[in-house]
Amino acid sequence: MKRLLCYMKGYGKESVLGPLFKLLEASFELLVPLVMAAIIDTGVANGDRGYILRMGGVLLLLGFVGLAASITAQYFSAKAAVGFAGRLRHALFEKVESLSFSQLDALGASTVITRMTSDINQVQTGVNLALRLLLRSPFIVFGAMVMAFTVDAKSALVFVGVIPLLALVVFGVMLWTIPQYRRVQAGLDGVLGKTRETLSGARVLRAFAREDAEIAAFEEKNAALTRMQRFVGRVSALMNPLTYALINLAVLVLLNTGALQVDAGHITQGELVALVNYMSQILVELIKLANLIITITRALASANRVAAVLDLPSGNAAMEEAQSAAPKPVPGAPAVAFEGVGLAYDNAGAESLSDISFRAEPGETIGVIGGTGAGKSSLVNLIPGFYAATRGHVRIFGTDVQDWPAAALRAAVGVVPQKAVLFKGTIGENLRWGCSDAPDGALWDALARAQAKDFVEQKEGGLEAPVEQNGRNFSGGQRQRLTIARALVRKPAILILDDSASALDYATDAKLRHAIRAMEGGPTVFLVSQRAASIRHADKIIVLDDGRIAGIGTHAQLLAGCPVYQEIYDSQFPREKHAGAPAGKEA
Amino acid sequence: MKGFDQTQRGTLRRVLGYIRPYAWLVALSLLLAALTVALTLYFPILTGDAIDCILAPGQVDFASVAKIAARMAVVVALTSLAQWLLSLCNNHIAYGTVRGLRDAAFAHIERLPLKYLDAHAHGELVSRVIADADQFSEGLLMGFTQLFTGVITILGTLAFMFSLNWQIALVVVLVTPVSLFVAAFIAKRTYAMFKLQSETRGEQTALIEEMAGNQKVVQAFGQERNLLGRFDEINERLSKASLRAIFFSSITNPATRFVNGLVYAAVGVAGAFSAIAGGITVGGLSCFLSYANQYTKPFNEISGVVTELQNALACAARVFELIDAPAETPDAPDAQTLSDVRGDVTLSHVDFSYDPARPLIENLSVAAKHGQRVAIVGPTGCGKTTLINLLMRFYDVDGGTIQVDGHDVRKLTRKSLRTSYGMVLQDTWLKAGTIRENIAMGRPDATQEEIVAAAKASHADAFIRRLPEGYDTYITEDGGMLSQGQKQLLCIARVMLCLPPMLILDEATSSIDTRTELKIQEAFARMMQGRTSFIVAHRLSTIREADVILVMKDGHIIEQGNHETLLAQGGFYAELYNSQFDPS
Repeated sequence: MKRLLCYMKGYGKESVLGPLFKLLEASFELLVPLVMAAIIDTGVANGDRGYILRMGGVLLLLGFVGLAASITAQYFSAKAAVGFAGRLRHALFEKVESLSFSQLDALGASTVITRMTSDINQVQTGVNLALRLLLRSPFIVFGAMVMAFTVDAKSALVFVGVIPLLALVVFGVMLWTIPQYRRVQAGLDGVLGKTRETLSGARVLRAFAREDAEIAAFEEKNAALTRMQRFVGRVSALMNPLTYALINLAVLVLLNTGALQVDAGHITQGELVALVNYMSQILVELIKLANLIITITRALASANRVAAVLDLPSGNAAMEEAQSAAPKPVPGAPAVAFEGVGLAYDNAGAESLSDISFRAEPGETIGVIGGTGAGKSSLVNLIPGFYAATRGHVRIFGTDVQDWPAAALRAAVGVVPQKAVLFKGTIGENLRWGCSDAPDGALWDALARAQAKDFVEQKEGGLEAPVEQNGRNFSGGQRQRLTIARALVRKPAILILDDSASALDYATDAKLRHAIRAMEGGPTVFLVSQRAASIRHADKIIVLDDGRIAGIGTHAQLLAGCPVYQEIYDSQFPREKHAGAPAGKEA
Repeated sequence: MKGFDQTQRGTLRRVLGYIRPYAWLVALSLLLAALTVALTLYFPILTGDAIDCILAPGQVDFASVAKIAARMAVVVALTSLAQWLLSLCNNHIAYGTVRGLRDAAFAHIERLPLKYLDAHAHGELVSRVIADADQFSEGLLMGFTQLFTGVITILGTLAFMFSLNWQIALVVVLVTPVSLFVAAFIAKRTYAMFKLQSETRGEQTALIEEMAGNQKVVQAFGQERNLLGRFDEINERLSKASLRAIFFSSITNPATRFVNGLVYAAVGVAGAFSAIAGGITVGGLSCFLSYANQYTKPFNEISGVVTELQNALACAARVFELIDAPAETPDAPDAQTLSDVRGDVTLSHVDFSYDPARPLIENLSVAAKHGQRVAIVGPTGCGKTTLINLLMRFYDVDGGTIQVDGHDVRKLTRKSLRTSYGMVLQDTWLKAGTIRENIAMGRPDATQEEIVAAAKASHADAFIRRLPEGYDTYITEDGGMLSQGQKQLLCIARVMLCLPPMLILDEATSSIDTRTELKIQEAFARMMQGRTSFIVAHRLSTIREADVILVMKDGHIIEQGNHETLLAQGGFYAELYNSQFDPS
């Protein structure tokens, strides 16, 4: 929470004035029983109707001033809380934008969403209530006690005795139940999980005729939850009866001591009534305080979760640096060179890539193939610096990736990721992600190369056609082609297609490859694929197996000398006997 | 009850049905509530009486004070006990009812046709079973007790006040409704503000979701600043909307407190006048003052309770809607159990569509003989998966028949039909549990040796052994740390363990790399020996070994035959196959 206090800056005035006005209101409230005592002792005792009316006027005045003070307080606290939450959201959003890929992997998207929405809302409520009530409630409790002392010290001792007892009950019950409720929540999560599971697995569960077993398992979890709820309920239900008993027993004691004090002439009857009134004020406030503390505990937990994200170091340099130019290409250097590169992800024991070395000359097409988990995506993700190599060097046009300004590097490398993602907006807006000032002509050119021109033309509005969230109004294949077009718009020097044509049929896939090859300036292209057919015509094919290079060469060379490549190829083209494969393994 | 329309009344009746098992507890709860209220109201009278015995120096009736004090102690003890028992009753009823409702809802989900499950978002169904059921129990039962105690508190207070002094009571009755008006006025005014706040919040959440889910793309295209700008614009609007909503709604409390103050002042002045006239004692006045304090409270609560009750009924209605959804037509009473399956599957003149307006499968006839391998190919959306839905009887045909070994599947028990098929789907679903439990899903009594044998046959044994706790490794819902390919291997092992007489493989190896696939194919081939199998696959290499290849397009079978004959035909299949060898 301390970590977040800096976002309160600028709301210092509000966060002081809020509680201050609240205390003002509370002070007026504390005066009410005294006025009432005066009405009884002076007004009623002397039969002075004018005095009673005047005092009634004072009560009204206290009410009005209290209302004004309280509304002012509400305004200041709301302003401070909302302003604080707004800044916090901004800071968190900015932070998430500045995280590196490995940090994002560790965090996960759903975490980011809950932190930014429900957690921050929780913090906002907590701050608002804290400003309003955190001072007020204890102030009334102790204020009532102090006021009791001004009436009569001996009677006030009852307050001194009962307040700690009440606090013990209220906070004792609360401290016991909070962790228990967490267990109840876990039980509820279990019931929820079971429900979700039976829905997502309906086909499989029915195929295995597991319905009755599922029902039994659910009922067991549900019964356990109910037992837990009832158990916790029994204890938390103690709070109200116990506090009620304590307060009213205190009233009883107060009356007994009061009887002696009045008899001895130390206090009046009206003052005794005032003391009883102070006692009931305490109860209300203590319960409020207990609820407030629950809210604040929750808000603090949320605040800590938010702070944990804010505390992450910024791994995405593009957010930090000023716009800077790309380094001069080293003459004669390859477009991409890997020198003994190894990559180990955070928290992973073993390296995902080991001893990767190769060169890709400008304009070459490089195919990357291998089984699932062989490291294909990891390899190409090193080129735009999404992840940093843990060993060795990755050089782009002769300069180490680490020494490139991140923004310039990303402008030079166009990436089409595996998952075809589009954003809410129009087709044109999505394409201009690649290059914000590209003219329409350039967009159409990119669409044509990506084999997407036909269906975009058919869409009403063409480039202005709307794209729904996640591009769900396009088919998988259309989305893939649009994401390819988006990368082509930037006319990158290096283009990476990470298995991004998988939803295309073979013919379209082939046309796409031809069109990219024919681009002006001739980008260096990395083609990642599971399909041997998609990469067999590449200038160079890198065969990955379990994070290591199993072979580099042309299709013909690999077919002749790389057993892993032969196996992959055989598994997809079993009948076609490859010419010139002396030791082709039997499929 | 006023304010509830016809359907809500119907829902209310259903709700009462779920509460019926607790009828005695409900009665006890009402009794305890009445007792609590009466005792709570009695206490200020005792306090007043005691104060009246303590007038001035020398005028203190110690004997009476002691007597009253003793009575007060008893009242306090009784009140506390009644309060506690009341809470226990209510907890028992509320948690028990929600449990019954959830059990009923879950059991019904297992009986619902897949048509229903496919047509409803799962998150929404889950929220009916969890959140709506909770809202229902808390809102309805807590709301009901609050309403009940609220009403008797108000009535009891009125009765006590009028019996003490009707003039002052009248003052209280006249001033209190003001607080209700104030609260209602503010609530009406703030509704639009809260709506704007939640709309803006929704807009922002949508942006956050889009950004958080695809942050890598955002960074790859250097769009960070751009998005931050859009975010800030919404954030600014949200802050404004929130400030208005929060501030105006937070006026409610001070305003009602102010009205309470008014009541208090009015009672004070009126009471004091009456005391001078001798109509009331000082103790009576103090009693009135404490009534004035607690009289307004139930009013504020009740105004909230009505909305809460409406909301609870709406939630209950959503749960009932789920429970009332028509279940799968039960197995016919004379349904036979499919046993000793040979595996002759015949589809004759089958018509089927998910949406009557868009016909999908029309007049489809296929005959698969014992032990044949039937491959189904065709572009996406051609009806391949639908065919599986029909074979497994996840959906029933609209016209025509499907027969297994000459029995119409509608005359067989679903259980015996479904367990006769071994099914591996592209969607690799695993349940939360250990690896062992997952493999043994179809045969929970399988021995360790059998499980390991099945895992070995599906090439899953090697990676399972590398897991931290081997076969006892707990996997979270839907696989968690396992890769897509590993999950698929487990799904295959799951079927290998049961070895049912017929097989359905829907893109069963789509996530497995081709080398591993090659190895699994051997195991599949062994498994398919003597078993009728239906295979859906993208990779034509998997398909060409099939005895019969069905080429589907738009719900029709456009070509049928084996690999060689279809290639020779030079039709759609040939075109599809040759595109793999695109000579670029």
